[in-house]
Amino acid sequence: MLSQDKRHLIAKRVAEELEEGQIVNLGIGIPTLVPQYLGEKEVYLQSENGLLGIGPAPTEEELDIDLMNAGKEPVTAIKGSSFFSSADSFALIRGGHIDVAILGTLQVDVKGEIANWAVPNQPILGVGGAMDLVAGAKKVIIAATLFNNKGESKLVSNLTYKTSGIRRVELFVSDYAVFKFTDDGVRVVEIIEDITIEELSEKVGISLEYAEEKILN
Amino acid sequence: MRKVIQANEVSNLVKSGDTLLVGGFGLSGSPLTLIYELLHSDVSELTVVSNNLGEDGLGLHKLFEAGKIKKMVGSFFSTNKPAVTAWQKGELEIDLIPQGTLAEAIRAGGAGIGGFYTKTAVGTELAEGKEERVINGERYIFEKAIKGDVSFVKAAKADKLGNLIYHTTARNFNPLVATAGKIVIAEVDEIVEVGQLDPEQIITPHAYVDYVIQSKFVKQGVNYVESR
Repeated sequence: MLSQDKRHLIAKRVAEELEEGQIVNLGIGIPTLVPQYLGEKEVYLQSENGLLGIGPAPTEEELDIDLMNAGKEPVTAIKGSSFFSSADSFALIRGGHIDVAILGTLQVDVKGEIANWAVPNQPILGVGGAMDLVAGAKKVIIAATLFNNKGESKLVSNLTYKTSGIRRVELFVSDYAVFKFTDDGVRVVEIIEDITIEELSEKVGISLEYAEEKILN
Repeated sequence: MRKVIQANEVSNLVKSGDTLLVGGFGLSGSPLTLIYELLHSDVSELTVVSNNLGEDGLGLHKLFEAGKIKKMVGSFFSTNKPAVTAWQKGELEIDLIPQGTLAEAIRAGGAGIGGFYTKTAVGTELAEGKEERVINGERYIFEKAIKGDVSFVKAAKADKLGNLIYHTTARNFNPLVATAGKIVIAEVDEIVEVGQLDPEQIITPHAYVDYVIQSKFVKQGVNYVESR
């Protein structure tokens, strides 16, 4: 599969997890592809820099560079949207008023703790809103390819990259499988790529259990 | 008190070694006129509190290039390569704070709150050395409030009393920064007479604002350009 196709496959699968009317925050990368797969389902997208109700990219006439998303790309605001300060925006985030945060990650451990802010062997000078979202969103879904560009599994027994916080994510939607995290650890609940659970375990390097489960919502 | 001043009076209000709070997210809501007024002043050794160090070589980045900034406090600098290099060489101090913690710390600073407990960053490298406390079974870390000597605010409109309203996501950190500086200067696109702003729309009441200047920048396509 081409990497672009994988990204869209993941985004499409994540879109199925969202419910009508939810307040959703999207991280950069694959999460930003999710809205195109929502169909008729209406969700409200929140942006850290003070907007609830992100609309599509602006046309040339609509372009207003004051109005941007947290990735600093120009956006529009839908009907019913609102603007607020960064303090109010993070009150929404930390205070548990965001239903779902869809984030990328560098690693996720078998308990669901993630490392998604500090790139290894580089000066760590950026965190943005990553830790606030991890700490505060009601549900966190990871949308990421299962392997990084060195071929290493992002699902690991123990994080070797710096943790984003003690909160455990609920779901990891990858290009190979969907992983669910509970107090009992990680379980594969859906296999997306044509692969057996044994082959997947081998590739990841962790003995995985498969219990098919319709986990939608 | 006369609040509307000329841009060239701004550099007299900032001293070397001051802590400067600056609104803006990237360049959106960035008080460019105020920032650029300092470029040709003899002010130096500034500690600047702002989410980013400008964007694409503009805004606060120019102040950094001009050697005016000793220390940055904010949430995201990784994409600013010269800043990263300066930090590696020990020429720029950086205090990295999660974005929500930064916003709340400035809000607290302006509201007479000494600090607060947050669950953001618990168990991470950014919590190292910070007091931890369990409240109702959840772990929190203590973060101190942030206050500044001077605040640079960007708003859409001010009346001559200094009441401010903002435009879309250019609001971001600006209303917070407006509360937490000893001297608060607002740069605005338009200055109107008292009574012309709807009291229901005012986000920053004039009690917070000491000075107002007319912005020299206008939006043009994907850029903010200096108007002539």
